[in-house]
Amino acid sequence: MAKSVVVLLGTKKGAFILKSDESRRDWALRGPFCEAWPINHVVADPASGTVYAGGGNEWFGPAVWKSTDLGDTWSHSSDGLAYAAGEEPVKSVWSLAAGDGALYAGVQPAGLFRSDDGGATWSHVTGLSEHPTRKDWNPGGAGLILHTVVVDPDDGKRLWTGISAAGVFHTADGGATWEPRNQGTRCDYNPEGHKYPEFGQCVHSIVKAPGAADRLYQQNHCGMYASDDGGRSWRSIEAGLPSSFGFPAAAHPRDPDTVYLLPLNGDSVGRYVPDGKAAVWRSRDAGASWQDLRNGLPQQNAFFGVLRQAMATDTLDRAGVYFGTNGGELYVSADEGDSWSCAARHMPPIHSVETMVLGG
Amino acid sequence: MPCPVTVWLPASLVALFPGARRQVELDAASVDEVMDELDALWPGMRDRLCDSRPAVRKHINVFVEGEKAVLDTPLPPGAEITILTAISGG
Repeated sequence: MAKSVVVLLGTKKGAFILKSDESRRDWALRGPFCEAWPINHVVADPASGTVYAGGGNEWFGPAVWKSTDLGDTWSHSSDGLAYAAGEEPVKSVWSLAAGDGALYAGVQPAGLFRSDDGGATWSHVTGLSEHPTRKDWNPGGAGLILHTVVVDPDDGKRLWTGISAAGVFHTADGGATWEPRNQGTRCDYNPEGHKYPEFGQCVHSIVKAPGAADRLYQQNHCGMYASDDGGRSWRSIEAGLPSSFGFPAAAHPRDPDTVYLLPLNGDSVGRYVPDGKAAVWRSRDAGASWQDLRNGLPQQNAFFGVLRQAMATDTLDRAGVYFGTNGGELYVSADEGDSWSCAARHMPPIHSVETMVLGG
Repeated sequence: MPCPVTVWLPASLVALFPGARRQVELDAASVDEVMDELDALWPGMRDRLCDSRPAVRKHINVFVEGEKAVLDTPLPPGAEITILTAISGG
């Protein structure tokens, strides 16, 4: 059976699904789905092929949408996706992750929910919200948000979450107990002597490298980092990059030393690609050195940014790399980043990009 | 005591629930009971209209006989309840 690739987009105005054959040259676009709600993240459960879309509507609140037929039909639920009475209600779903038979949802205000029935009902993972540091978590620019959930594919009880601006938190027991894992990541916005706290970092994204049990990469508000011990300690990998600021990170599907970043010019100077020239930056040596990938990307008057969940790879050989802009364009590389083309334009601002390979 | 009332729902809400209608006749003694009855008819509808404080969602407006209402607002027999989405942009 010939392989095909599905690209899942979460946008400010609904979810979209693109599909192409293995060449990844021509793309068929469908959407908007989810009644054009703001959708922060669309993922596919690789075990079932079910597509989930998380978001929140200003009128109708948060929900996780579900499609078992690649977008033809959808249902939605927020049953149990709520804090206790009297607490600030859940406003929006920001990040989804499937693994170990469960589906996780990170939400705003920051917290984690788990579904064991494919998104029909949810329960609050209270261990994280009851962490003793919780009272001191401060919101980032977009609010206090749990925006990243990484489930260890080899041990579903191990999860990493990214919270802005509380940092990375890890559980090894399925969410009962948590610990901050931010050692070595910087808070440039703290006074001297307090730039490396235990928590309070503005993590932007975390990805897990394949095949290496404890290799993680992180794009932070203040720098890019790698860890070889599951986040217990982080080392800076920003030398050679054009800035220390950006949002997304994407891991290669098979090579743990290959990682993709998309640095922006800086947090206070516009947050667009440096000098108006778009580039994805690739490291083949776990961040020791970097190569800028520009072939086919706009090299003048490009003033877009790429948000935290808006870059992804696929599992084909050669791996595809994808990113969506806040200006509504989707760029695709079918050769690990060596060359690029624009697969969709005139879209709403793109919040997230994920992929799924079908067939074969 | 629950009494017969008429509820008008916004189109953007009805679109989320296959089979839902814009005009609904049901029995309820308060706005809170209207929400429960709607949820019984179309599971999940209460979550779209109310949050966990619990309260009517911030950008949802409920009117009873033309007056702004909250969950505790009692309903007279034959009341007309209109649920509207607040103006919102972006």
